[in-house]
Amino acid sequence: MKTRSALLLGSLSAALVALALTAPRVVAADKVDPVADAKAFQNFFFQKFPDVKHEDFVNGPYSMNADLKRQWQEKEEFPPYEFALEAGKEMFATPFKNGKTYADCFPNGGIGVRQNYPYFDTKEGKVITLELALNRCREANGEAPYSYVKDEMASLTAYMAYTSRGKPMDIKIPDDPRALEAFENGKRYFYTRRGQMNFSCASCHVQSPGERIRAEILAPALGIMNAMPIYRSEWSGMGTTSRRFVTCNSQTRAVPLEPQADEYRDVEYFLSYVANGLPISGPGARP
Amino acid sequence: MTAFPCKPAILLALALCAGAAPAQAQSTVADGQKLAFDRGKGNCLTCHIIKGGDLPGTIGPELKDLKAKYPDRNELTAIIFDETKRNPQTMMPPFGRNRILTEQEISAIVDFLQTL
Repeated sequence: MKTRSALLLGSLSAALVALALTAPRVVAADKVDPVADAKAFQNFFFQKFPDVKHEDFVNGPYSMNADLKRQWQEKEEFPPYEFALEAGKEMFATPFKNGKTYADCFPNGGIGVRQNYPYFDTKEGKVITLELALNRCREANGEAPYSYVKDEMASLTAYMAYTSRGKPMDIKIPDDPRALEAFENGKRYFYTRRGQMNFSCASCHVQSPGERIRAEILAPALGIMNAMPIYRSEWSGMGTTSRRFVTCNSQTRAVPLEPQADEYRDVEYFLSYVANGLPISGPGARP
Repeated sequence: MTAFPCKPAILLALALCAGAAPAQAQSTVADGQKLAFDRGKGNCLTCHIIKGGDLPGTIGPELKDLKAKYPDRNELTAIIFDETKRNPQTMMPPFGRNRILTEQEISAIVDFLQTL
Protein backbone atom coordinates (compact mmCIF):
# COMPACT_ATOMS: atom_id res chain seq x y z
CA MET A 1 0.00 0.00 0.00
CA LYS A 2 2.79 2.33 0.97
CA THR A 3 4.83 1.51 -2.14
CA ARG A 4 1.79 1.98 -4.33
CA SER A 5 1.10 5.45 -3.00
CA ALA A 6 4.80 6.29 -3.29
CA LEU A 7 4.70 5.17 -6.91
CA LEU A 8 1.58 7.22 -7.50
CA LEU A 9 3.19 10.24 -5.89
CA GLY A 10 6.30 9.67 -7.97
CA SER A 11 4.47 9.52 -11.24
CA LEU A 12 2.32 12.48 -10.25
CA SER A 13 5.40 14.60 -9.56
CA ALA A 14 6.97 13.39 -12.82
CA ALA A 15 3.84 14.52 -14.62
CA LEU A 16 4.00 17.87 -12.85
CA VAL A 17 7.64 18.33 -13.84
CA ALA A 18 6.78 17.43 -17.41
CA LEU A 19 3.92 19.93 -17.32
CA ALA A 20 6.17 22.60 -15.85
CA LEU A 21 8.73 21.97 -18.59
CA THR A 22 6.25 22.15 -21.41
CA ALA A 23 4.08 24.92 -19.99
CA PRO A 24 6.28 27.93 -20.93
CA ARG A 25 6.40 26.74 -24.53
CA VAL A 26 2.64 26.56 -24.65
CA VAL A 27 2.40 30.08 -23.25
CA ALA A 28 4.97 31.34 -25.75
CA ALA A 29 2.97 29.89 -28.61
CA ASP A 30 -0.17 31.62 -27.39
CA LYS A 31 1.36 35.01 -26.89
CA VAL A 32 3.89 36.69 -29.16
CA ASP A 33 6.67 37.99 -26.92
CA PRO A 34 9.62 39.22 -29.02
CA VAL A 35 11.55 40.48 -25.98
CA ALA A 36 11.47 37.05 -24.34
CA ASP A 37 12.20 35.36 -27.67
CA ALA A 38 15.28 37.50 -28.33
CA LYS A 39 16.58 36.87 -24.82
CA ALA A 40 16.07 33.11 -25.13
CA PHE A 41 17.60 33.08 -28.62
CA GLN A 42 20.74 34.92 -27.54
CA ASN A 43 21.11 32.91 -24.32
CA PHE A 44 20.90 29.68 -26.28
CA PHE A 45 23.98 30.65 -28.30
CA PHE A 46 25.83 32.23 -25.39
CA GLN A 47 25.40 29.03 -23.37
CA LYS A 48 26.17 26.69 -26.27
CA PHE A 49 29.40 28.59 -27.01
CA PRO A 50 30.56 30.00 -23.67
CA ASP A 51 34.03 30.82 -25.05
CA VAL A 52 32.79 32.96 -27.95
CA LYS A 53 32.65 36.68 -27.15
CA HIS A 54 29.12 37.93 -27.67
CA GLU A 55 30.06 40.50 -30.28
CA ASP A 56 31.99 37.83 -32.19
CA PHE A 57 28.87 35.93 -33.28
CA VAL A 58 28.45 38.45 -36.10
CA ASN A 59 31.50 36.90 -37.75
CA GLY A 60 29.64 33.71 -38.59
CA PRO A 61 31.73 30.58 -39.06
CA TYR A 62 34.90 32.44 -38.00
CA SER A 63 33.54 32.73 -34.48
CA MET A 64 33.32 28.93 -34.34
CA ASN A 65 36.81 27.90 -35.46
CA ALA A 66 40.20 29.35 -34.49
CA ASP A 67 42.10 28.21 -37.61
CA LEU A 68 39.49 29.58 -39.95
CA LYS A 69 39.44 32.83 -37.99
CA ARG A 70 43.19 33.28 -38.40
CA GLN A 71 42.95 32.73 -42.16
CA TRP A 72 40.12 35.23 -42.35
CA GLN A 73 41.95 37.88 -40.35
CA GLU A 74 44.85 37.63 -42.79
CA LYS A 75 42.45 37.92 -45.69
CA GLU A 76 40.82 41.01 -44.16
CA GLU A 77 43.98 42.98 -44.96
CA PHE A 78 42.90 42.85 -48.61
CA PRO A 79 39.22 42.09 -48.23
CA PRO A 80 37.48 40.48 -51.21
CA TYR A 81 34.49 42.83 -50.85
CA GLU A 82 36.63 45.92 -51.37
CA PHE A 83 35.69 46.31 -55.03
CA ALA A 84 32.00 46.25 -54.17
CA LEU A 85 32.54 48.70 -51.35
CA GLU A 86 34.31 51.21 -53.60
CA ALA A 87 31.67 50.82 -56.29
CA GLY A 88 28.91 51.26 -53.72
CA LYS A 89 30.44 54.42 -52.35
CA GLU A 90 30.63 55.93 -55.82
CA MET A 91 27.10 54.87 -56.76
CA PHE A 92 25.78 56.29 -53.52
CA ALA A 93 27.28 59.70 -54.27
CA THR A 94 26.24 59.79 -57.93
CA PRO A 95 22.99 61.73 -58.52
CA PHE A 96 20.02 60.19 -60.36
CA LYS A 97 18.94 61.74 -63.66
CA ASN A 98 16.63 64.06 -61.71
CA GLY A 99 19.56 65.36 -59.67
CA LYS A 100 18.56 63.70 -56.38
CA THR A 101 20.66 61.04 -54.63
CA TYR A 102 20.15 58.01 -52.40
CA ALA A 103 20.96 60.23 -49.44
CA ASP A 104 17.66 62.07 -50.04
CA CYS A 105 15.69 58.86 -49.40
CA PHE A 106 17.19 57.90 -46.02
CA PRO A 107 17.40 59.27 -42.50
CA ASN A 108 20.81 60.85 -41.82
CA GLY A 109 21.54 60.79 -45.53
CA GLY A 110 21.81 56.98 -45.40
CA ILE A 111 25.05 57.08 -43.42
CA GLY A 112 25.29 54.90 -40.29
CA VAL A 113 21.69 53.69 -40.45
CA ARG A 114 22.09 50.01 -41.45
CA GLN A 115 21.33 48.89 -37.88
CA ASN A 116 17.75 50.21 -38.16
CA TYR A 117 16.81 47.89 -41.08
CA PRO A 118 14.48 46.19 -41.55
CA TYR A 119 11.83 48.31 -39.92
CA PHE A 120 8.06 47.87 -39.73
CA ASP A 121 6.15 50.49 -41.68
CA THR A 122 2.94 51.13 -39.75
CA LYS A 123 1.34 52.96 -42.68
CA GLU A 124 1.88 50.09 -45.08
CA GLY A 125 1.58 47.38 -42.45
CA LYS A 126 4.68 45.60 -43.75
CA VAL A 127 8.36 45.01 -43.12
CA ILE A 128 10.70 47.27 -45.14
CA THR A 129 14.19 45.92 -45.67
CA LEU A 130 17.20 47.98 -46.71
CA GLU A 131 17.25 46.33 -50.15
CA LEU A 132 13.59 47.13 -50.67
CA ALA A 133 14.05 50.72 -49.50
CA LEU A 134 16.94 51.17 -51.96
CA ASN A 135 14.91 49.98 -54.93
CA ARG A 136 11.93 52.09 -53.86
CA CYS A 137 14.25 55.07 -53.71
CA ARG A 138 15.36 54.37 -57.26
CA GLU A 139 11.81 53.95 -58.55
CA ALA A 140 10.60 57.08 -56.77
CA ASN A 141 13.30 58.96 -58.64
CA GLY A 142 12.46 57.51 -62.03
CA GLU A 143 15.23 54.89 -62.11
CA ALA A 144 14.81 51.18 -62.88
CA PRO A 145 15.11 48.87 -59.84
CA TYR A 146 18.20 46.68 -59.45
CA SER A 147 18.31 42.90 -59.15
CA TYR A 148 17.97 42.07 -55.46
CA VAL A 149 20.56 39.33 -55.32
CA LYS A 150 23.98 40.77 -56.25
CA ASP A 151 26.00 43.35 -58.19
CA GLU A 152 24.72 46.93 -57.69
CA MET A 153 22.40 46.02 -54.81
CA ALA A 154 25.24 44.23 -53.02
CA SER A 155 27.55 47.21 -53.60
CA LEU A 156 25.06 49.75 -52.26
CA THR A 157 24.20 47.71 -49.16
CA ALA A 158 27.92 46.98 -48.62
CA TYR A 159 28.65 50.70 -48.47
CA MET A 160 25.69 51.42 -46.20
CA ALA A 161 26.72 48.58 -43.85
CA TYR A 162 30.31 49.78 -43.84
CA THR A 163 29.30 53.25 -42.66
CA SER A 164 27.40 51.55 -39.81
CA ARG A 165 30.05 49.10 -38.65
CA GLY A 166 30.14 48.61 -34.91
CA LYS A 167 26.71 50.12 -34.32
CA PRO A 168 24.48 47.74 -32.37
CA MET A 169 21.59 46.25 -34.31
CA ASP A 170 18.53 48.23 -33.24
CA ILE A 171 15.33 46.79 -34.68
CA LYS A 172 12.05 48.09 -33.28
CA ILE A 173 8.73 46.31 -33.08
CA PRO A 174 6.09 49.04 -32.90
CA ASP A 175 2.92 48.63 -30.86
CA ASP A 176 0.94 47.27 -33.81
CA PRO A 177 -0.56 43.78 -34.00
CA ARG A 178 0.59 43.52 -37.64
CA ALA A 179 4.22 44.05 -36.57
CA LEU A 180 3.92 41.27 -34.02
CA GLU A 181 2.32 39.12 -36.67
CA ALA A 182 5.23 39.80 -39.05
CA PHE A 183 7.72 38.85 -36.33
CA GLU A 184 5.80 35.67 -35.55
CA ASN A 185 5.48 34.82 -39.23
CA GLY A 186 9.24 35.21 -39.68
CA LYS A 187 9.88 33.03 -36.66
CA ARG A 188 7.52 30.37 -38.01
CA TYR A 189 9.26 30.44 -41.39
CA PHE A 190 12.63 30.09 -39.66
CA TYR A 191 11.64 26.99 -37.68
CA THR A 192 9.51 25.22 -40.31
CA ARG A 193 11.03 22.26 -42.13
CA ARG A 194 10.68 22.31 -45.89
CA GLY A 195 12.01 20.92 -49.15
CA GLN A 196 13.19 17.48 -50.15
CA MET A 197 15.93 17.54 -47.49
CA ASN A 198 13.37 18.41 -44.80
CA PHE A 199 15.55 21.11 -43.21
CA SER A 200 14.43 24.27 -41.49
CA CYS A 201 16.73 27.29 -41.30
CA ALA A 202 17.16 26.28 -37.64
CA SER A 203 18.29 22.72 -38.48
CA CYS A 204 21.62 24.05 -39.70
CA HIS A 205 21.95 27.42 -37.97
CA VAL A 206 20.54 26.69 -34.49
CA GLN A 207 20.94 22.93 -34.09
CA SER A 208 24.32 22.60 -35.82
CA PRO A 209 26.37 25.82 -35.93
CA GLY A 210 30.09 25.09 -35.67
CA GLU A 211 29.56 21.63 -37.16
CA ARG A 212 30.93 20.87 -40.59
CA ILE A 213 29.08 19.78 -43.69
CA ARG A 214 31.95 18.34 -45.72
CA ALA A 215 34.59 21.11 -45.40
CA GLU A 216 32.20 23.97 -44.68
CA ILE A 217 31.52 25.26 -41.15
CA LEU A 218 27.89 26.13 -40.45
CA ALA A 219 27.32 29.68 -39.19
CA PRO A 220 25.28 30.48 -36.08
CA ALA A 221 21.91 32.11 -36.78
CA LEU A 222 22.66 34.72 -34.13
CA GLY A 223 24.17 37.76 -35.83
CA ILE A 224 23.93 36.26 -39.32
CA MET A 225 22.19 39.41 -40.66
CA ASN A 226 24.73 41.77 -39.10
CA ALA A 227 27.36 40.73 -41.67
CA MET A 228 25.23 41.24 -44.80
CA PRO A 229 25.98 41.64 -47.63
CA ILE A 230 28.79 39.10 -47.99
CA TYR A 231 31.47 38.11 -50.42
CA ARG A 232 31.33 34.33 -50.70
CA SER A 233 34.14 32.37 -52.26
CA GLU A 234 31.54 29.73 -53.11
CA TRP A 235 29.70 32.36 -55.20
CA SER A 236 32.93 33.96 -56.47
CA GLY A 237 31.23 37.24 -55.73
CA MET A 238 29.01 39.35 -53.57
CA GLY A 239 25.54 38.39 -52.42
CA THR A 240 22.76 40.16 -50.56
CA THR A 241 20.44 38.93 -47.85
CA SER A 242 18.01 38.03 -50.64
CA ARG A 243 20.66 35.88 -52.29
CA ARG A 244 21.44 34.14 -48.99
CA PHE A 245 17.78 33.18 -48.45
CA VAL A 246 17.24 32.04 -52.04
CA THR A 247 20.38 29.87 -52.11
CA CYS A 248 19.65 28.38 -48.67
CA ASN A 249 16.27 27.29 -49.96
CA SER A 250 17.58 25.82 -53.19
CA GLN A 251 20.54 24.07 -51.51
CA THR A 252 18.14 22.22 -49.24
CA ARG A 253 16.00 21.45 -52.31
CA ALA A 254 13.12 23.64 -51.25
CA VAL A 255 11.40 25.96 -53.70
CA PRO A 256 12.92 29.42 -53.23
CA LEU A 257 10.58 32.39 -52.95
CA GLU A 258 10.93 35.57 -54.97
CA PRO A 259 13.49 37.94 -53.44
CA GLN A 260 11.71 40.28 -51.02
CA ALA A 261 8.66 38.02 -50.76
CA ASP A 262 6.70 38.72 -47.55
CA GLU A 263 8.10 35.59 -45.85
CA TYR A 264 11.70 36.58 -46.57
CA ARG A 265 11.06 40.10 -45.30
CA ASP A 266 9.49 38.67 -42.15
CA VAL A 267 12.29 36.18 -41.52
CA GLU A 268 14.83 39.00 -41.94
CA TYR A 269 12.82 41.03 -39.42
CA PHE A 270 12.82 38.13 -36.95
CA LEU A 271 16.53 37.32 -37.38
CA SER A 272 17.58 40.96 -37.14
CA TYR A 273 15.44 41.62 -34.08
CA VAL A 274 16.84 38.66 -32.14
CA ALA A 275 20.36 40.01 -32.93
CA ASN A 276 19.59 43.40 -31.35
CA GLY A 277 22.59 44.73 -29.46
CA LEU A 278 25.16 42.90 -31.56
CA PRO A 279 27.30 45.12 -33.82
CA ILE A 280 26.94 45.55 -37.57
CA SER A 281 29.94 43.83 -39.20
CA GLY A 282 29.01 43.98 -42.88
CA PRO A 283 30.12 43.72 -45.52
CA GLY A 284 31.42 40.28 -44.62
CA ALA A 285 33.60 37.67 -46.31
CA ARG A 286 32.68 34.01 -46.13
CA PRO A 287 34.17 30.80 -47.55
CA MET B 1 5.70 -23.62 -80.15
CA THR B 2 4.93 -20.56 -78.06
CA ALA B 3 6.45 -21.96 -74.87
CA PHE B 4 9.53 -23.43 -76.49
CA PRO B 5 11.63 -20.29 -77.13
CA CYS B 6 11.14 -19.23 -73.53
CA LYS B 7 12.86 -22.28 -72.12
CA PRO B 8 16.40 -21.48 -73.15
CA ALA B 9 15.83 -17.91 -72.07
CA ILE B 10 14.80 -18.99 -68.58
CA LEU B 11 17.70 -21.40 -68.39
CA LEU B 12 20.05 -18.67 -69.51
CA ALA B 13 18.64 -16.27 -66.95
CA LEU B 14 18.98 -18.84 -64.19
CA ALA B 15 22.53 -19.59 -65.20
CA LEU B 16 23.39 -15.91 -65.24
CA CYS B 17 21.81 -15.38 -61.85
CA ALA B 18 23.60 -18.31 -60.25
CA GLY B 19 26.93 -17.36 -61.77
CA ALA B 20 26.66 -13.68 -61.06
CA ALA B 21 25.44 -13.85 -57.45
CA PRO B 22 28.76 -13.07 -55.63
CA ALA B 23 29.76 -10.49 -58.23
CA GLN B 24 26.38 -8.80 -57.86
CA ALA B 25 26.74 -8.60 -54.08
CA GLN B 26 30.11 -6.98 -54.54
CA SER B 27 28.77 -4.53 -57.05
CA THR B 28 25.91 -3.44 -54.78
CA VAL B 29 28.49 -2.68 -52.09
CA ALA B 30 30.45 -0.60 -54.61
CA ASP B 31 27.24 1.07 -55.80
CA GLY B 32 26.31 1.74 -52.19
CA GLN B 33 29.65 3.38 -51.50
CA LYS B 34 29.32 5.51 -54.60
CA LEU B 35 25.85 6.64 -53.52
CA ALA B 36 27.03 7.30 -49.97
CA PHE B 37 29.77 9.63 -51.26
CA ASP B 38 27.75 11.22 -54.10
CA ARG B 39 26.75 14.83 -53.35
CA GLY B 40 23.58 14.57 -55.37
CA LYS B 41 22.36 11.28 -53.89
CA GLY B 42 23.03 9.66 -50.51
CA ASN B 43 25.68 12.22 -49.61
CA CYS B 44 26.23 10.47 -46.24
CA LEU B 45 29.78 11.89 -46.16
CA THR B 46 28.46 15.43 -45.80
CA CYS B 47 27.52 14.65 -42.18
CA HIS B 48 29.28 11.38 -41.25
CA ILE B 49 32.87 10.17 -41.05
CA ILE B 50 33.11 7.12 -43.34
CA LYS B 51 36.24 5.06 -43.96
CA GLY B 52 37.56 5.86 -47.43
CA GLY B 53 35.81 9.24 -47.70
CA ASP B 54 37.63 12.59 -47.79
CA LEU B 55 36.49 15.74 -45.95
CA PRO B 56 33.65 14.24 -43.95
CA GLY B 57 31.20 16.40 -42.03
CA THR B 58 30.66 16.26 -38.27
CA ILE B 59 26.91 16.46 -37.74
CA GLY B 60 26.14 12.74 -37.49
CA PRO B 61 27.98 9.91 -35.70
CA GLU B 62 30.86 8.12 -37.43
CA LEU B 63 29.59 5.25 -39.55
CA LYS B 64 31.48 2.19 -38.32
CA ASP B 65 30.81 -1.21 -36.73
CA LEU B 66 27.30 -0.92 -38.10
CA LYS B 67 26.78 -4.66 -38.40
CA ALA B 68 27.40 -4.97 -34.66
CA LYS B 69 25.21 -1.96 -33.82
CA TYR B 70 22.39 -2.96 -36.16
CA PRO B 71 22.42 -6.72 -36.69
CA ASP B 72 19.02 -6.41 -38.37
CA ARG B 73 19.46 -4.67 -41.73
CA ASN B 74 15.84 -3.55 -41.64
CA GLU B 75 16.76 -1.20 -38.85
CA LEU B 76 19.42 0.51 -40.99
CA THR B 77 16.99 0.64 -43.87
CA ALA B 78 14.37 2.30 -41.65
CA ILE B 79 16.87 4.93 -40.45
CA ILE B 80 17.78 5.87 -44.01
CA PHE B 81 14.16 5.74 -45.18
CA ASP B 82 12.89 8.16 -42.50
CA GLU B 83 14.78 8.71 -39.27
CA THR B 84 12.30 11.39 -38.17
CA LYS B 85 9.94 8.55 -37.23
CA ARG B 86 12.34 7.46 -34.50
CA ASN B 87 13.74 10.89 -33.68
CA PRO B 88 11.60 13.87 -34.72
CA GLN B 89 14.50 16.26 -33.97
CA THR B 90 16.97 14.56 -36.29
CA MET B 91 18.67 16.54 -39.05
CA MET B 92 18.89 13.43 -41.20
CA PRO B 93 16.81 13.84 -44.36
CA PRO B 94 14.10 11.22 -44.92
CA PHE B 95 15.81 9.73 -47.98
CA GLY B 96 13.08 7.18 -48.71
CA ARG B 97 9.99 9.14 -47.76
CA ASN B 98 11.10 12.21 -49.75
CA ARG B 99 12.30 10.06 -52.66
CA ILE B 100 15.87 11.23 -52.61
CA LEU B 101 16.81 7.54 -52.93
CA THR B 102 14.93 4.55 -54.34
CA GLU B 103 14.45 1.33 -52.37
CA GLN B 104 17.21 -0.34 -54.40
CA GLU B 105 19.57 2.55 -53.75
CA ILE B 106 18.87 2.39 -50.01
CA SER B 107 19.43 -1.36 -50.10
CA ALA B 108 22.80 -0.88 -51.83
CA ILE B 109 23.80 1.70 -49.23
CA VAL B 110 22.82 -0.71 -46.44
CA ASP B 111 25.00 -3.38 -48.11
CA PHE B 112 27.88 -0.92 -48.09
CA LEU B 113 27.26 0.24 -44.50
CA GLN B 114 27.34 -3.35 -43.28
CA THR B 115 30.92 -3.67 -44.54
CA LEU B 116 32.10 -0.77 -42.35
